[in-house]
Parts: sequence; structure tokens; C-alpha cells
Amino acid sequence: MVKRVVVNRRKCAYCGACVAVCDSLALELVETFLEINENCTGCSVCVKVCPMGALSLVEV
Amino acid sequence: MFDVVVVGAGPAGSMAAKTCAENGLEVLLIEKRQEIGTPVRCAEGISKQGLKRFVEIDKKWIAAEVIGAKIYAPDGTEITMAEEMAGNEVGFVLERKIFDRHLARLAAKAGAEVLVKTAFVSFERQGEKLKVKMRRMGEDWEVETKILIGADGVESRVGRMAGIIKTLKKSEIESCAQYLMSNVEIDEKYTYFYIGNEIAPGGYAWIFPKGNGCANVGIGILPSKAKRNAKYYLDKFIEKFDIKGKIVELVCGAVPVYGEIDTAVSDNIMLAGDAAYHSDPITGGGIANALSAGYLAGKVACEAVEKKNFSAEFLRKYDELWKADFGWKLRRNKKIQEFFLKLDDSALNSLARSIAGRNIREMSVQAIIIEILKNNPQIASIFKEVL
Repeated sequence: MVKRVVVNRRKCAYCGACVAVCDSLALELVETFLEINENCTGCSVCVKVCPMGALSLVEV
Repeated sequence: MFDVVVVGAGPAGSMAAKTCAENGLEVLLIEKRQEIGTPVRCAEGISKQGLKRFVEIDKKWIAAEVIGAKIYAPDGTEITMAEEMAGNEVGFVLERKIFDRHLARLAAKAGAEVLVKTAFVSFERQGEKLKVKMRRMGEDWEVETKILIGADGVESRVGRMAGIIKTLKKSEIESCAQYLMSNVEIDEKYTYFYIGNEIAPGGYAWIFPKGNGCANVGIGILPSKAKRNAKYYLDKFIEKFDIKGKIVELVCGAVPVYGEIDTAVSDNIMLAGDAAYHSDPITGGGIANALSAGYLAGKVACEAVEKKNFSAEFLRKYDELWKADFGWKLRRNKKIQEFFLKLDDSALNSLARSIAGRNIREMSVQAIIIEILKNNPQIASIFKEVL
């Protein structure tokens, strides 16, 4: 069971907090658009750090 | 080929680019956003002193001037720190959208090339120099440079690709949410801080006046201590303190509270501002340190170009300079933060009560710690090594 992070763009306030704590460089903030690449390990640190609760883990 | 490429047009990056350009270097300043200064990720407070050292004050980007701070313990005990002499305003609340643009324009005016909507992708070492890969208006692009200054904020890609900084842990970052509110009824001569494990676990809530009845009402929490997200605690804070006002803007952000890093350099590369975790672990303030770091990195870049020496060994001169200027304060305030993080609300209340009503004339962490120690000799040993 592999888990990965997904973003709810309607909640995301594009602040970059998640990018700062991602040890796999799986997240990149392009202007207001958060990109999540395949490096995501599902560690969920970003989920905890997001000020808006915009991130969650899903099974893939 | 450029002498210096600066990544990020915030206060650190623009100050670095300006300093290099003023000394005749070929400078490129890149900013990934299409608009410098927005979206804001900041509570916008800065001491007057920290600002005046590096920038000529322009009313266009000063939203409010304050004479002091009021700190509230969990039980409501109030501590006032204020400069009571009229005309001695000690702090500013900035309009970052205008301030950041102003600094970038100063860099451009000094001769730096500025490119917006241009993101740093990666770098490659090629002998003595670096090849910097970028995405410029959506197209791949690369330039060569002698020096790369990473001023790319808390999420620094430059710093992590260069292996200079470690990724922040949940206990090393404040997760922040803030509303700009209108019709807030406060005495606009003060900034307001609210502490407590229930109100803001591992951080604090703030109200910073922005003039004309507006204020930044925000909160920072430590994700390792908090059960919910920052917005949840912010909404609860506003409800609990019955803060009336209309929300006219939402701002989110993250502040490194790591303390002092060992080094902010590697061969050809220097980091400045939040990218080097230069923000204060107690106050979260980062603009003044970013300005200083940008200036110092710029100065050392100029020397490196003159001496044709871009080695980490040579660039360590920058480490010495920023550590002597404010690094020691990050180190001290990290220890103070660790002490406060261990206190429960009743301990915070009793410390606050011990100094409530005292006349604290200076708005600084040091002033408040000295006052606490005067009235709580039993904890003096804990701070002995720190102060």
C-alpha cells in the first residue's frame, strides 16, 4: 500500500510551508500552483505543517 | 558570464544584488514569481533600527509606526514594553508588497539585471564556475556565474541542492496563518502578542496595526506541538478574544526557527535570509536579518570576485560576518525558545505575573529576559550560559 500526498487547490494558500519540510524535494511551488512529483514518499510531514489543512495522504 | 546570480527578490536577495551591482559586478537577480512582493507571507513587523541600517525610510511602504509591544500571558496578564518618549517610535509595520518592489528597484537602479517569472532549477559545477539552469517564462534557460547567492526563502532549493542546509523538521518551523482585518479596535501605537499552549502551541498569536483601523491578525504554531492546523487556531483566537473586524486578506507562511546554522556557504554559493534559516527562533522576525545577510553576502561576493577566489574557504568570511552581526542572537534565542517550550500555561502565567507592571523600556527579547531574571532568581542558572 503506497501513499502519496495530494493537494486540495481550493484550500491551498500557496505559502510554501510544505516545500520547506519536504526532504525528497517532491514539492515545488510554481506561483500559486503546488506541484507534487513522484519523489513523494508519503511521509506526511507536509500534511502536518500546512497552515490551511490543504494536504492529505491518499493510497495509490 | 555573470559575476553573481541571486535567486529570490525578497529583502535578502535584492539587498545582495544591490550591494554587488553598486560595486560594479555583473549581477542577475531572478524571481520565480511574476510579481515581486506578492503573495505576501509575512506579519510585516520590523524594528526601526534594523531597517534604518540598510534602507532609507520611505513613507510609501510604512503602514504603521509603533512605540512598543504588549504581551499577554494565557491568563491575560499584560506585560508592556514601550519607549515612552514621544517621537521615539521603535518599530514599523511594513507594506511588504511595496517594500519588496522598492528594494528590487534599488537593485535594478544600481545596475543589476532583474528577471521575473524565472525559477532556479539546478546548478552544475564547471571548474571554477557554475552553470545555473533556470526556467524563464516557462522556457529552459541557463547562464554561467562565478557566484550563486540563494535568497530563495524558507523552501530554499539552492540551499538544499548545495547540501548547505538540512530540511526543516516539524519542530523547526512555525506554520503561520494571518488575516488582514479592517475595523479592528486597538491602540495603534502598539503591537500585541498572545502566548500560551492552548492559544498557540509552540508559537504565539499577534495583532500588528497597519493603519486606518486595519491590522494583521495572525498566529504561528509549531507543528510538532499542535494538534490542528494554523488556520484552526487563528479562527479560535479571533473568536476567544472577540476580535471584531472584517477579513480582507488571507496570508499564510512558514518561518524557520532552527537557530544558527554552522555555515551558509559552499564552493561558489552563499545563502541569505530565510534560505539560511536567518529568522529569529523567538520572535520569528526575519526582515532585518535578511537585509543584513544580503548586504554582507554582497560585500563578500565583491571581495571574492576581486580576489578571484570562490572557494568555500574564502566565502566563510561571510559566515564570520553574519554570525558576528546577528548569528549569536539566533543561537541565544534558540536556547531561550527551548526553555519556554517546556513551560506549561501556569508556569507562563507566573513568570508573566512576576514582571507585570514593570517598566520595560526597551522592546527586545533581552530586555524581557533580564526582567524575568531579576524577579525569578531561581531560574537564573538556566540562563547564565545564554546571556
